[in-house]
Amino acid sequence: MERVVVSMQDPDQGVKMRSQRLLVTVIPHAVTGRDVVQWLAQKFCVSEEEALHLGAVLVLHGYIYPLRDPRSLVLRPDDTPYRFQTPYFWTSTLWPAAELDYAIYLAKKNIQKQGALVDYEKECYDQLHKKISHAWDLVLMQAREQLRAAKQRRKGDRLVIACQEQTYWLVNRPPPGAPSVLEQGPERGSRTASHVHMTKSADFYKREIEYCRRALGRTRVKSSVCLEAYLSFCGQRGPHDPLVSGCLPSNPWISDDDAYWVMNAPMVAAPTKLRVERWGFSFRELLEDPMGRAQFMDFLGKEFSGENLSFWEACEELRYGAQAQVPTLVDAVYQQFLAPGAARWINIDSRTMERTLEGLRQPHHYVLDDAQLHIYTLMKKDSYPRFLKSDMYRGLLAEAGVLLDTKRRVFPFTRRPRRSSPSPALLPTPVEPTAASGPAGGNGVA
Amino acid sequence: MCDQTFLVNVFGSCDKCFKQRALRPVFKKSQQLSYCSTCAEIMATEGLRENETLASLKSEAESLKGKLEEERAKLHDVELHQVAERVEALGQFVMKTRRTLKGHGNKVLCMDWCKDKRRIVSSSQEHAVTMPCTWVMACAYAPSGCAIACGGLDNKCSVYPLTFDKNENMAAKKKSVAMHTNYLSACSFTNSDMQILTASGDGTCALWDVESGQLLQSFHGHGADVLCLDLAPSETGNTFVSGGCDKKAMVWDMRSGQCVQAFETHESDINSVRYYPSGDAFASGSDDATCRLYDLRADREVAIYSKESIIFGASSVDFSLSGRLLFAGYNDYTINVWDVLKGSRVSILFGHENRVSTLRVSPDGTAFCSGSWDHTLRVRDGGRWAF
Repeated sequence: MERVVVSMQDPDQGVKMRSQRLLVTVIPHAVTGRDVVQWLAQKFCVSEEEALHLGAVLVLHGYIYPLRDPRSLVLRPDDTPYRFQTPYFWTSTLWPAAELDYAIYLAKKNIQKQGALVDYEKECYDQLHKKISHAWDLVLMQAREQLRAAKQRRKGDRLVIACQEQTYWLVNRPPPGAPSVLEQGPERGSRTASHVHMTKSADFYKREIEYCRRALGRTRVKSSVCLEAYLSFCGQRGPHDPLVSGCLPSNPWISDDDAYWVMNAPMVAAPTKLRVERWGFSFRELLEDPMGRAQFMDFLGKEFSGENLSFWEACEELRYGAQAQVPTLVDAVYQQFLAPGAARWINIDSRTMERTLEGLRQPHHYVLDDAQLHIYTLMKKDSYPRFLKSDMYRGLLAEAGVLLDTKRRVFPFTRRPRRSSPSPALLPTPVEPTAASGPAGGNGVA
Repeated sequence: MCDQTFLVNVFGSCDKCFKQRALRPVFKKSQQLSYCSTCAEIMATEGLRENETLASLKSEAESLKGKLEEERAKLHDVELHQVAERVEALGQFVMKTRRTLKGHGNKVLCMDWCKDKRRIVSSSQEHAVTMPCTWVMACAYAPSGCAIACGGLDNKCSVYPLTFDKNENMAAKKKSVAMHTNYLSACSFTNSDMQILTASGDGTCALWDVESGQLLQSFHGHGADVLCLDLAPSETGNTFVSGGCDKKAMVWDMRSGQCVQAFETHESDINSVRYYPSGDAFASGSDDATCRLYDLRADREVAIYSKESIIFGASSVDFSLSGRLLFAGYNDYTINVWDVLKGSRVSILFGHENRVSTLRVSPDGTAFCSGSWDHTLRVRDGGRWAF
């Protein structure tokens, strides 16, 4: 922020400054709100709205203060005069603001004009009086001194200094209800000076060295290849992204119409075309969609290789399941899939089988990883492409309809009452497949 | 009388070898001990060796890092925005707030979507009775939608099963799962309700078994507080990325606990990391007012999203479903929407009256929700048409 403010005050390139006439006194080096906004908009090539926002933030932090109405730190994009806060008062130089200084400031205001203190200021004043009553004489003395010194200055300077101080204290002691811009959130270790176990010990460096050695050995892919991959990914998924391409029949958040969610529920009788298309993008997409997975399972059943998918699912359960269940799960998997003569024996190469069986003696979450990867790759390279070429899949794709664009409706929507959806925590069983609204020609609800 | 000066020798048993010798005072870690001259000499040379080793380790690490950077640079043949030149520009975006959720009495710090795409859980700096500490900085929804996890300054991550029975006291069923030695900054369930991954201000991440509270794996390597993490959407589902106050983003293998890749190009704390939907890259938002995209296969930073007019840190980032848009919430109360491929800003959104602390796109990508220190959450969406 300070960088911006400094560049704003540059005599050649900064905001146009002029002497402002404020009631009777003339204040030099003042700027208008409008000029500030325009300068920001031009310098950063942004819209006026954004420039106004940025300027407002600068004012909120006390870097620019208003001359006419110093009670509120707001940026008005008109002729309202403003000035740049002196660096002495920048929050970065003088934070945290001292209690004593605040007491002196409030005392000054009180002495200068009885009743000048606003409610919350009066409260603070009383509180401080109680807190530092032992030094109260010093406070009053300082206050009187400063007031006397101020009287010696020109009226213009006095006004400016008063505004500067006022702004500084508005930032550091905001009135109740106003957000404090100085709040930082919970303290982070990097900011505190000493954090014992973070110092760079020999262990830390040894780990870094080890990591670097490993990293030097890894294979990297050319940037052009990786970046092209993004292009094709975004291009492929663009039409499926509601925020980029919208969604049919309508975005539920906008139209208050649940239809989109109903049609795309985890299990439906008729999946949408976009959804079925997505199953063809990657094997992972197919498996992640419960409907897709079910269809694939059916397909595998026809090819008598359903046990592969079941085995993969069992491995996933082991990997992410509860620690306590690991032995039972491992045993169940062994009995069902790996034991010689098992009911659903999976076909993996002998080396992997040997390694897996060996590892089963000490069961843990990842003991089946090798076998799982083998089966996954098998399905991905073999069964999945065949699935995509199968009549079953093509049939689904053809059946899935594309809905009419209901956005084109001209008459206004009637507001549907918003009902809260049933929480998953309440459902004892998975949702029943619901009949989705029909394909083309569907009665889109208004 | 002799003219020589002499040392006053204390005789006694040496604190190290316990032999009866003339002793000298020795300072070890600001504690005063008495060593005999032999032990004192040994200690002096040991200290030297220790220092030497530390310095030489440091220089070795530096030189290896330099070599690593060289290797990475060798395969960098083109920039993202160059490749993206032939992509159609996105045009004007209009985003509108569809729902404003006002229920928190204080700053909203974190939020997460439920898989049913409609519910969210959010946490804040509350004075409520249910949480023992005020700053609840992390919260997550379980994949089944039946539980939530949250934690913060209490150094713990607790799992609450969701119940809608009015007679049940949710706090009573709470289960303390994770224990760190400093605040909890982020938490996330893995693919099931039974495992939780946490990141903490103590510089570590950890994987826990929910039912038993057992620590399954811990991840050491960050040199300062870890502020965020995200699980990879990969086929084998074994990695996650974390970002911290040491300006590093590190990718970890959940099985072995080792750091697989590390990236250190940010200039300040990394507040948020999120994977690109394909799992081949991730974005990070930092206090240095930039968001960056790191590619995992190329092993380098491939894009920076920044603008001169953005001078406040980014607190939270997320991708849209296709990965074309990157939403980032900033500490200057705004949300900037970036075109990931072209590197340009698509839109700036106002509306919040204080810092945007958290931002997530809904699971089906129909909207995104932002939470702020102004006590509200806003659900927004829009597109290339004005509604």
